[in-house]
This record gives sequence, C-alpha cells and structure tokens, in this order.
Amino acid sequence: MRAFTSVTAKVAPLDRPNVDTDAIIPKQYLKSIKRTGFGQYLFDSWRYLDPGELDVPVASRRPNPDFVLNQPAFRDAQILLSRENFGCGSSREHAVWALDDFGFRAVIASSFADIFYNNSFKTGFLPVALPAEVIESLFEELAATPGYQLTIDLPEQVVITPGGLRHRFDVDDFRKDCLVRGLDEIGLTLQAGDAIRAYEARRREEAPWLFTA
Amino acid sequence: MASAAHTPARTLYEKIWDEHVVQDKGDGSCLIYIDRHLVHEVTSPQAFDGLRLNGRKPWSISANLAVADHNVPTTNRSSGITDPISRTQVEALESNCVESGITLFKMSDLRQGIVHVIGPEQGATLPGMTVVCGDSHTSTHGAFGALAFGIGTSEVEHVLATQCLIAKKTKTLRIVVRGRVGPGVTAKDIVLAIIGRIGTAGGNGYSIEFAGEAITALSMEGRMTVCNMAIEGGARAGLIAVDQTTIAYCKGRPFSPKGDHWDQAAAHWQTLHSDEGALFDKEVVLDAAEIQPQVTWGTSPEMVLPVSASVPDPAKVGDAVKRSGMEKALAYMGLQANQPIEQIRIDKVFIGSCTNSRIEDLRAAAVIVRGRTKAASVKLALVVPGSGLVKAQAEKEGLHTIFLNAGFEWREPGCSMCLAMNADRLEPGERCASTSNRNFEGRQGQGGRTHLVSPAMAAAAGIAGHFVDVRSFA
Repeated sequence: MRAFTSVTAKVAPLDRPNVDTDAIIPKQYLKSIKRTGFGQYLFDSWRYLDPGELDVPVASRRPNPDFVLNQPAFRDAQILLSRENFGCGSSREHAVWALDDFGFRAVIASSFADIFYNNSFKTGFLPVALPAEVIESLFEELAATPGYQLTIDLPEQVVITPGGLRHRFDVDDFRKDCLVRGLDEIGLTLQAGDAIRAYEARRREEAPWLFTA
Repeated sequence: MASAAHTPARTLYEKIWDEHVVQDKGDGSCLIYIDRHLVHEVTSPQAFDGLRLNGRKPWSISANLAVADHNVPTTNRSSGITDPISRTQVEALESNCVESGITLFKMSDLRQGIVHVIGPEQGATLPGMTVVCGDSHTSTHGAFGALAFGIGTSEVEHVLATQCLIAKKTKTLRIVVRGRVGPGVTAKDIVLAIIGRIGTAGGNGYSIEFAGEAITALSMEGRMTVCNMAIEGGARAGLIAVDQTTIAYCKGRPFSPKGDHWDQAAAHWQTLHSDEGALFDKEVVLDAAEIQPQVTWGTSPEMVLPVSASVPDPAKVGDAVKRSGMEKALAYMGLQANQPIEQIRIDKVFIGSCTNSRIEDLRAAAVIVRGRTKAASVKLALVVPGSGLVKAQAEKEGLHTIFLNAGFEWREPGCSMCLAMNADRLEPGERCASTSNRNFEGRQGQGGRTHLVSPAMAAAAGIAGHFVDVRSFA
C-alpha cells in the first residue's frame, strides 16, 4: 500500500452533508473488474450533464460547468472538504479508488460513515474528521481565499491552515502506523498464522458445528 | 475464582466479539475470526486478483459461499446475460470460484438469489457467527444474533487470505421498540421510523441491538428487514437476540448443524442475548403504537414521514446546512413543500431487494393486490423474489398469479431495481414506490426518484397510482 505522511495541497469544497457512495461513484461503473480508472467517473451524476456508462468515452460527454471539480480553480485540488456522514451508503471501495484515482489524497469532513472510513486506509487515502465548527471555519476561509491550501500531517495528526492554526484529529495507532509505513495488512495478519490456527483448534472443541462443512 | 454472579453483564455484541478475538493488538484493534464470508460478483474480482498477484490462497474454502446477484437479469435467463460488461463480471466470479474451490450458486441454480436472502435461507448464517460480505447490507444477518457487517474489497481479500479481519470494537446502541405495532404497520415501517428518529448518521460508530416487544414479535423475515437497514442508520451492524423464533428458523436448513451438533449449537444459541444489567453506550426508546406506515420524501432514508403527513417545508428549518440539504432533496425529487404525501403520484413500483423480497413480503403485497388492477398511470410494477426458492414457494402459493392478474410483472431473483445494475431501472424523472433500502440520488437509475415504503404500501401505491395509507385501503 502507498504510504501517507503529509500533504500540502489545494482544497476543493463539496458543501453538503451525507455525500453517499452512489454519488461518489455510480453503480454502472462497479461492473469494472479492475481497481483503476474510476477517477474519470468520480461524482459522475454531478460532474456531467449527460448519463455515462463504462463503454462511453468521457471525452464525448458534456461536463457540468457549475460542478466544483469542473471549475479551473479546483481541478488540481488534492484535498476534499465536506460535511457530516461523508461516504454513507454502500460498502463499495470503488468510492475510495475513484477519489484516489482523480488525484485526491484526503477528505476532511465532520464525520464519516464507518465502512468508507475503514476502506480509505486500505488505499493509502486519509479520512480526517474535525469538529463541525472547525469544518465551518475551513469552508469560510476557503470561500475567502483563492487557491486555498491546507497541510495534513499524519504523524503529528494535525491539519494546518495557511494562518498557522493547527487542528488536531484522531486516528487509531494501528491504522496510522500502517498508513505512515505503507504496510501490507494481509502480510501482517499472515504473520499471526499460528495464532489463527490455535484459535481454530480451540473453536473446533467449543463450537464444532461451525466446522462441519 | 469468579462465580457466575461476578461475571460482568455483557451485551450480545460483546459476547460475540469476545468469542471471536484471535489477537488483541493493544490499541483497541483486534484480529477477529470470521466464521462466514459471503461473496458476490461486484466487490470480489479485485480481491481474487490481489490473492493471485501475491501468490496467496483462500485460508478456509468452506467458510465462503458465493452467488451472483447484483448484475443478473430478471428476465430471459435462458439467453444468459446480454450486457457484455455485466457478463464479464459474473464470469469472473465463476472462474474465481472454480479456481479456488468456493461453492457458487450459479444463475441457473434454484438456490440462486440475493446474497442476504440465500445466506439465512441455506442456514449458512447461524446465530453467534461473525458474518461478512463485500456489501453494506450484510447487517441483515444480525437478525440471527450474528455479528454481521459489510466490508470493502481490500477486506474481502483480507478475509479470503486469512479468515480474519482487523477491527475495533464499536460502541453499542440499544433501540427498544415498546409495545406492539398496529395492523398494517410492518418491520419496514418500524425501521424507517427508527432511522427518522436517529438520522442516517445516528448509528455511526455503533452496533445497534434492536429490542422490545415490537421486535421480538417479528418473524425472522421481519427481523431481517429491520437489521438490513441498520446500515441506513449509520450502524455497520444490527443485532437481535436469539429466541425460539430464531432457533426454529435455523432447524433443518442445508448448512445448519445436524444431530448432536444441532443440540450443542441450539444450547449455546440460547445464551446469545444481552445479560440483564448489561450497559449500552446509548439507548433510544420508541413506542410501537405511534408508528404509522412510513414513506420517504427525500434523498436520504432519514427523510421519512408517516403517510398521513405532508412534505416538509425547508423554510421552517433553522439550521442552514439542514435547510440547504432539504432544498436540494426537494428539487431532485420534484416535490413541493407542504404537499400531502398521499397526493404524490408514482410511475413505477418495485417490490424486491435484500430488504423486502422474502416470502412474507410477497404475501403482504399479494394480499393488497388480490383481485385488483394496477393503475393505468403506473408504467411498470415489478415483483422480484429474493431467491429461486422464494420464487418457487410463492408460485406454490399462487402469489405469482395474483400479481400477474393485476398487471404486475413476476421476475427472476436478484438485486434488480434496488440499485439498477441490470436492465431494471428508472428513467430520469420517474418516481418509484420501492421496497428497497436507499433513496439516494440516481440509486435506481440516473434522475430516478425513489420513495421507500413497505411491500404492502408499495402494492397499494401501484393499485391507486399514488401513495395511500394501506390501513384504509379497502
């Protein structure tokens, strides 16, 4: 997995609560059996005026000029700023893959849906939860500052504003460690293979009906 | 030595969690063992690729059960899948299952159906298990007193490779629904009312245990409907304590334990309830008698009201973020503030999905439809059973004839228009009375407008052409 330590980048505002995974990447693109190429369909229904499919080239479609990521000022943003319950809905990790493939490295929001939050770490993508009043102040600063940038420092667990304000955020030690070092979680778990086998042996005694198939 | 009296009272969630800890990582994260992994075609191909890329094999082949459900057509099964992209995905699942030896119910198999319908139906979901699937509605299986939750593709790969996941204990929320619901009020109405109360983010970070007389009075089908939508309240897992209803449902199913193992299992399952005095991080109480048939009016499941209400007015909402969310939702839904919900006319009806496609759901819809005809203004009314076995049972009871005589369509099992990955979908601007679980923008087709309701309410809307209170639908 790609490591994440810190990023200083332009911020794009997506000012709405409950941004769901159907909005982040609509279902027709989930038919792809690849892990890449989803960035072009990120926020598809908001970003284009005409409907899309996997076999329709996006170059032939009509972008919605009003959508934030179609505005020149935000095209190279790498941090997305949004509101509460970001990533609610389906378990599709494609939502994280689409954000990552588009060029985002992190989303800052006041809260996240649990599965999206969990999925993010697996792709080296950082979800940062900050209190609603801090989010509100970031939206205000962003609106008032062309080219607004933030720094996210994962080892220090802070978001740093251009004015030097440091907003601390929480992240589990294990997740942080995996992300900072870019660790392969499956490889780590397989190192505990003996513990897994010992557990299975014990469970075969305690709950043999689970092992009859 | 600690006597039983000194054992701390634990919640159901804690009991199942404790039984599945393989290793404690010290920071609150644990390696937990997964008893059952359900696999479908959409979220698994990249996981199998990951295994191949790293030269890994599934840890426990028999813990997995696979089925294609999201992409499969609900008509003309004999001609296969005509959409080449969908076909490729379903074929990828087939070849991955052949290569790994994982049991797969193919489209031609009578046992094929929606993953969250077939797991319980086959006895592959059992009380006390940990159950995961690359699908958020895995919360459904919590109806059995199993700890069940949705995962992303990286975790699908993790479970395949290790039979474990790295997870952190959630907080616990008990939702007690006191008393009994009135006639015409169903499990769907109960869970929509709960989401209306706690909000779509209300369960974030929690596992919900549903309790109270209104919950224990439900059949297993009804309990699955409630737990299915725990995720729409933000909780990854929903749980209901095991009782005789649960145990009776599990008996005699193909994957259920037999003989001595059954006796041992059933004895253990009786302990799968929260202890008296167990502490929850939060508790919410609803009165069943106050719950009316529910209809969603917006683009989030929390935007829900009783059928007797009117569409809310954003102008009366103080909070700016909330007001703007409501305005966006009403614009997308093509609704006016203060419009009575019963005056909302619909174009299509969808009865199906992992929320409401089981036999009891089809019976409830058929009772309403019997001897009536679909409104001429309703372009399409789809009934999509949750599995081949549900379909066969319904046909044995003659339900298909009732639907067909009323002008409803009777289809083959799958996810269908719940998420419109196959050909079943809404066209832009079309409005649907749907028994599914998400009313997000574009969920049932780009520009489509979804109203979530119970099967009886969907059926009644199909007959009337607009929402009606099923209790007064004579």
